[in-house]
Amino acid sequence: MNIVNFTPQSAFFGGIIIGLAVIIFFIGNGRLAGVSGIVNDTLVSKQNRTDNFLFIVGLVLGPIFYAFFTKINIPFLITSSLPIIISAGFLVGIGTKIGRGCTSGHGICGISLLSPRSIIATIIFMITAIITVKLIG
Amino acid sequence: MMSKIISFISGIIFGVGLSVSNMINPEKVLGFLDLFGQWDPSLIFVMMGAIIVSAPVFFLFRNKNKPLFADNFAIPTRKSIDKNLIIGSGTFGIGWGMVGFCPGPAISSLALLNTYSVFFVLSMLGGFLLTKLVDRIIIPTQ
Repeated sequence: MNIVNFTPQSAFFGGIIIGLAVIIFFIGNGRLAGVSGIVNDTLVSKQNRTDNFLFIVGLVLGPIFYAFFTKINIPFLITSSLPIIISAGFLVGIGTKIGRGCTSGHGICGISLLSPRSIIATIIFMITAIITVKLIG
Repeated sequence: MMSKIISFISGIIFGVGLSVSNMINPEKVLGFLDLFGQWDPSLIFVMMGAIIVSAPVFFLFRNKNKPLFADNFAIPTRKSIDKNLIIGSGTFGIGWGMVGFCPGPAISSLALLNTYSVFFVLSMLGGFLLTKLVDRIIIPTQ
């Protein structure tokens, strides 16, 4: 293992900002900011549909505002091929739906609530992701 | 009305956080998942930053009666470590490791107008719908 490209300050600061989003959503609306759940609910449930949709619109506007006000070009690179991207999208959709959460729902909100389910889920998806990278990387 | 403003603002702030930390970038996330190669531990710091902010607030507010603009706090009550949790999370991790996209960053990256992000998000929505469909066939409602 070699440590490369490590950006602890911007990572930690960005994390604090994500935490702020989580607590505003929680104190205001009483809900957990788990993105897979919010997106899935927008698609299949009438309950809170406008709220959910607006959260998603905000999520897309965030980077636009950030880039506009800071004049920073957000580094972004996808090197995967299209078939891999489509397969991965399906697996992420199926997996987060069956496992009821993703990196935000289980990894941030669930761990913050000290939920054993979320702690286990996070350990499992990190392990399978690391193995996948090891195998195809 | 207020709950809609809160949702919108939370989404924006979340998207800014993903941009500042560069978690919106699959290459950055794959750097974290490449534990046995060229490892970039940044993602751990993102999670720590978020958890340090949210954990104390959850702890202080979860037993209060009401959030500001809704009738009650909606916190999942499920406790069991069941088969679905394990299989689902395992499956999610495989998809995550293939590209470096999880749902939040994938949606947020639509801002960057990258065609691949669009394909990923559409496939993810397809995965949600497929699971719902299969679920209906296996466990017919009523």
